[in-house]
Amino acid sequence: MVDTLIHILLALLMPPLLIGVINRTKALMAGRRGAPLLQPYVELARLWRKGSVFSRTTSWLFRAGPLVALAATLLAALLVPFGGHNPPVAFIGDLVLFAYLFGLSRFFTTVSALDTGSSFEGMGAAREVTFGCLTEPVLFLVLVALARESGSLSLNGLLTHASGEMWPYEAAALLLMVGALFVLLLAENCRIPFDDPTTHLELTMIHEAMVLDHSGPAFGMILYSAALKLFVLGALVLHLALPFGIGEGLLGWLSFSAGMLVLAVAVGLVESVMARLRLLQVPRLLVAAAALAAFALLLTVR
Amino acid sequence: MAGCESVCFASSNIVIVSVVVLLLAGLPGLLLPSARAGQSWTAVMITLAALAGIPASVLTLLSHSRTAWELSWSMPSGPAQLVLDPLAALFLLPIFLISACGALYALRYRPARGGYDRIMSSMYALLAGSMAVIVLAGDSLLFLIAWEGMALSCYLLLIADHRQREVRDAGTLYLIATHTGTLVLIALFALLYQRTGSFVLPASGSLSAVGPASATIFLLALLGFGTKAGLMPLHVWLPSAHANAPSHASAIMSGVILKMGIYGIVRTVTLFDSPPLWWGLTLLALGIVSALAGVAFALGQHDLKRLLAYHSIENIGIICMGLGVGLCGLSLGRPGIALLGLAGGLLHVLNHAIFKALLFLGAGAVIHVSASRELNRMGGLVRVMPRTGLFFLVGAAAICGLPPLNGFVSELMVYLGLFRQVMGESGSAAVLAALAIPALAVVGGLAVACFVKVFGVVFLGSARQPLADDAHEPGWPMLLPMGLLALLCLLIGLAPVALAPLLEAAVSWHPLLQQESLRLAGAAPLSWLSLMGLALLGLVLLLALVYRSRLRSSRCTAADTWGCGYPAPTPRMQYSASSFADGLVGLLAPLLRPYGHRPGLPRQELAPARSRFSSHVPEVVLDLWLLPFLRHLEQYSSFLRQLQHGQLHLYLVYIFATLFALMVWALW
Repeated sequence: MVDTLIHILLALLMPPLLIGVINRTKALMAGRRGAPLLQPYVELARLWRKGSVFSRTTSWLFRAGPLVALAATLLAALLVPFGGHNPPVAFIGDLVLFAYLFGLSRFFTTVSALDTGSSFEGMGAAREVTFGCLTEPVLFLVLVALARESGSLSLNGLLTHASGEMWPYEAAALLLMVGALFVLLLAENCRIPFDDPTTHLELTMIHEAMVLDHSGPAFGMILYSAALKLFVLGALVLHLALPFGIGEGLLGWLSFSAGMLVLAVAVGLVESVMARLRLLQVPRLLVAAAALAAFALLLTVR
Repeated sequence: MAGCESVCFASSNIVIVSVVVLLLAGLPGLLLPSARAGQSWTAVMITLAALAGIPASVLTLLSHSRTAWELSWSMPSGPAQLVLDPLAALFLLPIFLISACGALYALRYRPARGGYDRIMSSMYALLAGSMAVIVLAGDSLLFLIAWEGMALSCYLLLIADHRQREVRDAGTLYLIATHTGTLVLIALFALLYQRTGSFVLPASGSLSAVGPASATIFLLALLGFGTKAGLMPLHVWLPSAHANAPSHASAIMSGVILKMGIYGIVRTVTLFDSPPLWWGLTLLALGIVSALAGVAFALGQHDLKRLLAYHSIENIGIICMGLGVGLCGLSLGRPGIALLGLAGGLLHVLNHAIFKALLFLGAGAVIHVSASRELNRMGGLVRVMPRTGLFFLVGAAAICGLPPLNGFVSELMVYLGLFRQVMGESGSAAVLAALAIPALAVVGGLAVACFVKVFGVVFLGSARQPLADDAHEPGWPMLLPMGLLALLCLLIGLAPVALAPLLEAAVSWHPLLQQESLRLAGAAPLSWLSLMGLALLGLVLLLALVYRSRLRSSRCTAADTWGCGYPAPTPRMQYSASSFADGLVGLLAPLLRPYGHRPGLPRQELAPARSRFSSHVPEVVLDLWLLPFLRHLEQYSSFLRQLQHGQLHLYLVYIFATLFALMVWALW
């Protein structure tokens, strides 16, 4: 019960901090002092207080998009274990629900982008669904390999098995999976090298182009669900990447949170040392990630 | 249990009466002086048949009963057999449901005005009735007669707009394909006759699956029934036929007729005791190919109904993946895998009938308003027809397999079957299943891309060409069926456990699946799905309330869509269906072979001259492989044309000569 409560609080409160850490890392790497770590919270509060501008071409779907996306991401956050603790919800087959909740969120985000009738947002939506088709098999390949290895069909079973028991004898497969999932994390959350979350209005944008017309509380919800998605997928990567179990109790929560912060620093480092890829090269990198995951699957099925 | 028996008896009789009503429902359309009244009578009769037939079929399923009737007729094959067993009852559900929805819809969509309309409404009823007879047929002759009845009534329904050349061509292609399939089926039933010495279909599990004869029967079933189901690459007739039929006919074609092919495959498999592993693997592989290629081709279409037709191929692929996993489970002796695969495949049969019929009915309403099937001429329709838009959205999300709708439930079962096969097996079964899982994920991703495109381009943004002033929501006879189907999508998604006993009954032909302890609710997390679905809806509702109260208390301004500083954007600048899919079509170009006209930038002038752009994705199997091959074949076989001269008396002589030769052969 207490664990469930902590899980929900952590999922609700911590995500914007990751964005703050990433931004601070990028600033430090660029030789700047950077915004305070808690700046994203301030931004969200500011957006929540603001008024909204709605385009005259939009319908109720434009308003519904961010809500459904946020609800789906929140639900997905309940399925992933944070550290050595059981998640609030775990059942056989929840891994498929986990993946499809992100599909639902993508469906509604892109539909609400198309509702504006702007070609910029159409462009962003088209790119989002295109890259979505390439990232989904990566996730499923990793899940199949883990399921085969752990003999479990719930995310909790898969991930707790992966952190700890699997490393000593399946290190090669796990390394490949961590690589593939890290690429997935960057692509799904529209980070460099796939997308640049800091620029607006560039023809090469994906996520930011989709949400050009959203404003006020709706835009806040979009930013918040993006942070939450980073957090949830990050937890997935963290479980695979740690060669030892993340203990239980208070120590477990602390070490999990610390791990997430380190992961955010790693994302920030990647963003600092890399440039955004040309859009045409994005599919290649995603296919490469799928190939890594397929290799991992091969190692486990042999 | 006398009570149960009387209930079973009553319910199976009600099913038969409903089927007879279906078969007779076309008569008022032909006979009554007013075509309009005839159509209404037909609709009423079909609806009544559905209202009685659906509960009766459900009762039959719940009681696991098998009832057989014998009708004597003067055929050399012996008396006709009608058999109502759980598998047949399951396939009766979509037949009753979709035919009633389509008949109601047609009242407003295509009111009969005389002439060909008379034939249409009666053919519609005949089509529904003959499909019901197909699933009830217990002997091969009755099966083939009903099969031909379905094929021909469907043809006459398809060519409703036969004044257009495109429609006639689609009809001819359909007729050729369906008769090629029937030819294969005749060979199939001849082989079965050779096995059993009777035209009566053998009892389930009574044939041994060992040996080349059984393998031939299975392959012939795949070929003959696969043509009807539209399995890739036997699907060549499907896109043009579904696109050119009237929309309520497309709904029943895509929703139900294709499932008759699936029914045939399943029924053939049930005749054998234990299918060898390669049967399941073949079906699984064919399913993967169909699902992937179907959705890929759908993505490149810009004709709304053609696009939906390609999605039927995709969903038939998903169904076959489920059935393939199920068969693998049966031959590996793994009841859990078998139950998940077979029940997932059969549930997807029902689900696809519901959401695809919904989408075709919605497409009919949209086409009615915009007077075109071309996606790139639509836009902004959700403001003109909000209810149709909502129902179409539900159908679109359901076909993408998104929670909490029905498509997700069946796809989840197929996924779980595949996962269990990867985890518990080794060798080819595990490898193919391990490939199938990411393939299903890609199919899901592509389906989302495709339906975001469809919904966005048709219903959202602003209209790409001006609508008629009186464009409005269609009347209740069209809205009611759509609303009902959309509701079913949601209900099945939220309470899948209600369908579990029906599916368990339908797959109980195999001894492996008859154990009491084997329950679908134990193999798949059905109650968790209900819980999570309700949680999702509740969360969305909660967020919506919070957001609305926030919007009420803050300043909301209306403005134009931000044009990045450009002051005069026009609706034609919106992303179109082609531009939305361009990236993915480009990635899939080796498969899809897109062609078209892409103007480069003009070199000389400062201001670009008038230009045009076009892009198409051809039907690769038909246009690039089959037709060139057939043209080639024609060169060498044109001399055979002399046999076909249109003189009736000589045709009769052919028949006589053939019969005489056969008699001589038999008596030899």
